[in-house]
Amino acid sequence: MSNIPADLKYASTHEWVRDEGDGTFTVGISEHAQELLGDMVFVELPDVGDKVATGDDIAVAESVKAASDIYAPMTGEVVAVNEDLEDAPETVNNDPYGDGWLFRIKADDSSELDNLLDANTYEASIDED
Amino acid sequence: MGSRTPLYEAHVKAGAKMVDFHGWDMPLNYGSQIEEHHAVRRDCGVFDVSHMTIVDVEGPQAQAFLRYLLANDVAKLKTEGKAQYTSMLNENGGVIDDLIVYFFSETAYRMVVNSATRDRDLAWIEKVAADFDVTTKERDDMGMLALQGPKAADKIQNVLTAEQYAEIDGMKPFVGKDVGDYFIATTGYTGEKGYEIVVPAEQLEALWNDLLKADVAPCGLGARDTLRLEAGMNLYGQDMDENITPLEANMGWSVAFEPADRDFIGRKALEQKKAEGHDKLVGLVMEEKGVLRHGQKVTVEGGEGIITSGTFSPTLGFSVAMARVPSSVGDTAEVEMRKKQMPVKVVKPGFVRNGQSVL
Repeated sequence: MSNIPADLKYASTHEWVRDEGDGTFTVGISEHAQELLGDMVFVELPDVGDKVATGDDIAVAESVKAASDIYAPMTGEVVAVNEDLEDAPETVNNDPYGDGWLFRIKADDSSELDNLLDANTYEASIDED
Repeated sequence: MGSRTPLYEAHVKAGAKMVDFHGWDMPLNYGSQIEEHHAVRRDCGVFDVSHMTIVDVEGPQAQAFLRYLLANDVAKLKTEGKAQYTSMLNENGGVIDDLIVYFFSETAYRMVVNSATRDRDLAWIEKVAADFDVTTKERDDMGMLALQGPKAADKIQNVLTAEQYAEIDGMKPFVGKDVGDYFIATTGYTGEKGYEIVVPAEQLEALWNDLLKADVAPCGLGARDTLRLEAGMNLYGQDMDENITPLEANMGWSVAFEPADRDFIGRKALEQKKAEGHDKLVGLVMEEKGVLRHGQKVTVEGGEGIITSGTFSPTLGFSVAMARVPSSVGDTAEVEMRKKQMPVKVVKPGFVRNGQSVL
């Protein structure tokens, strides 16, 4: 069973979201998602300053197996992206909840977080797959 | 549940992610397929290829039978153990399977065919063999390992006695030899030096364990696919099938049209195809970000083609592919990827050999 930290929120499309407590939210993909995709070879990230809306495809995780869209889990502005992934995309595989983070969004409305899944609900959604 | 090789439990124990491969439960990787790929290019890796089908052909007409069944000419094989890459064709010249045939004598040969096509292959072989004085026997009592990489010769000495190793020391590429209970051949599907070792099924796990103890990396189907693609080797069912002739699959070199009086199944169709002209299989290279993939459309000078196999090349750090395109193709092409047209270079299939780029 893959690791699903209880302190994060999840989108059904396998992104995780961490509330940084300052109105910004860090986003990555779950351990389950990186397992499904296999070894990552390229990660295409949005630009800092991009305005994004919930559900927009704003990044691409390309693995040996497939290119997979990554969706904005919240509406807002991209305030940081993980540039280290350019040279080391495998970090997404090795540390999906840590150094393998993708981007950070300053949310227009922090309460949007409540629309995301908690760890238990996300785990149940994976089991149904 | 699919068919299992004698190593199923050993794979699970080694942490393999098991997947269905044409009805077989096979290891996809043991963690990272890219690390497994590098192990084979830089050191040594071992693959369980026991799902492949071994067929021994014996009898007074063994040579005549294989000269009719196969597109390459087994009469070219003169030294004991010599191997040849070849294919079985249907009457339309389509590839039923590609395979390796080993020569022991004019009355005894061994064929190693794909697992995905096993039932169809065996039925076809039986049907054609009915008109010849030969017997064919599937060797499902044997398993097979592929030990591949620049250190393969060092590593194999951990599992052979000095006398046994002396038997294969310095053996030329594409030759096989009986060594004790093993049949050891200098063949493979990676573009590296190495061996394919046919082993009695009950001894397979001990050999596998001994190789892992000698620090040989277990490698799965994921690495096998990127290695063979970098090496420009075809995958049956993807780069060719029964609707594609060898001429359209970069396998023309493995078809022996000479001597002209040798009849083989598919010959007439191939001669006609040759006269009419046909598509060809080329290599594609894309140094930009992104990965070329099976099924993507390729626009070339004079028409359109399709990517048959594409991947990220771990050795090169960018994407390579094989594509079937009109013969009017030039030095560049465009591939439609994620709604964009990406420029690619057109090269001969084959991108990496013995750890080095050949681009």
